[in-house]
Amino acid sequence: MAAEVGGDSGAPKKGKKSGKAHKPKKRPRIDMTPMVDLGFLLLTFFVLTTTMSTPNTMPVVVPPKITEKDKDVEPPKISEDKVITLLVSRGKIYYYAGLEKNLQVTDFSPKTGIRKILLERRAEVEANYGKDEMIVIIKMMEDAQYRDFVDILDEMAVINQKKYALVEITPEEKDIVEEYRKTMEKTL
Amino acid sequence: MAKFKAKKQNITIDMTPMVDLAFLLITFFMLTVKFRAPESLEVHVPSSIADTPLPAQDIMVISIAPDATGKGGRVFFGVDSKHTRLAILEKIQERYGYEFDEQEKRLFSVLPEIGVPFSQLKSYLNTSEAERKQVDKISSIPIDSTNNELKEWILFARYSNPKIRIAIRADEKTPYPVIARVIETLRDQKVHRFNLITTLEAQPKS
Repeated sequence: MAAEVGGDSGAPKKGKKSGKAHKPKKRPRIDMTPMVDLGFLLLTFFVLTTTMSTPNTMPVVVPPKITEKDKDVEPPKISEDKVITLLVSRGKIYYYAGLEKNLQVTDFSPKTGIRKILLERRAEVEANYGKDEMIVIIKMMEDAQYRDFVDILDEMAVINQKKYALVEITPEEKDIVEEYRKTMEKTL
Repeated sequence: MAKFKAKKQNITIDMTPMVDLAFLLITFFMLTVKFRAPESLEVHVPSSIADTPLPAQDIMVISIAPDATGKGGRVFFGVDSKHTRLAILEKIQERYGYEFDEQEKRLFSVLPEIGVPFSQLKSYLNTSEAERKQVDKISSIPIDSTNNELKEWILFARYSNPKIRIAIRADEKTPYPVIARVIETLRDQKVHRFNLITTLEAQPKS
């Protein structure tokens, strides 16, 4: 008989016109709405809690400590013309090229900040000595924060500067920065 | 001939494919989900362009956050596996002579990070979770030059798992001297290569 198409809602029902009161055999239908509700609830939950992004890491290499054994070893001599020294303070970088201690100040701004200075210095060194000869000496000041530390290392990665060293700041340099700050205050 | 009458019908949408898809996705997310371990020390890491993902295994994380004064820092220590944690606890028992019972060991093995001096460890493991949270807000592993327990933690962790790598997860506002002390501690132990955990930032176009 053609009476059991009841489950298929699309097809027109036949056999309706026959006068006999005939109970169509109905296929049991399960209302899936609650299941779907639950399904999507769980889906939403897992989508939101899943951590797709793992934290990233930045590799750092520090020089070994000078021990008793290598007290007599002379530190390698480098030409001062290749060097730029950065004294990193909170959000500010004092820098000088070579040995001349005339400080200048800059910051981390992407266009006009330290990146420009480093690239300029590198071009200078490259013109005189060749590629990859510039050495950056990074000295963190006490008032710096961790963010400055990451920023300056990041800056090295951005300009692809391989030769850099983390060095402890000397008291002399601290004095120079202090002096520089004072003169800046006066001129303002 | 039967006359076809336009019949009002309930439009039912066959939801089966949708349900199939939904459950497929659920299964996928359930299998791939990795719950972020609750952090004892709240840290807001700075961003950088570094895009190397942090290895999930064989890693110890030194967490650093500024303290209440903003001058000093608080240091927490965590390793990734239960096995290593238990091995570290064994070492602490040996070295300092504290006795930990089974319950304390179990608790220690599930805590992702520890930030109390060794002397307070036993009482810390015996307090309730709410109290531990309170302690976590002010405590720290001592890193002074006279009493540097972080050194011991690193030593124990490296003993327990020689393959272990070191990551520093520090808050961006941590004063640099604290970071310098931690790096010094690492250098003292001839660790010259470590990782800083950062969040990803787009690389600037040059």
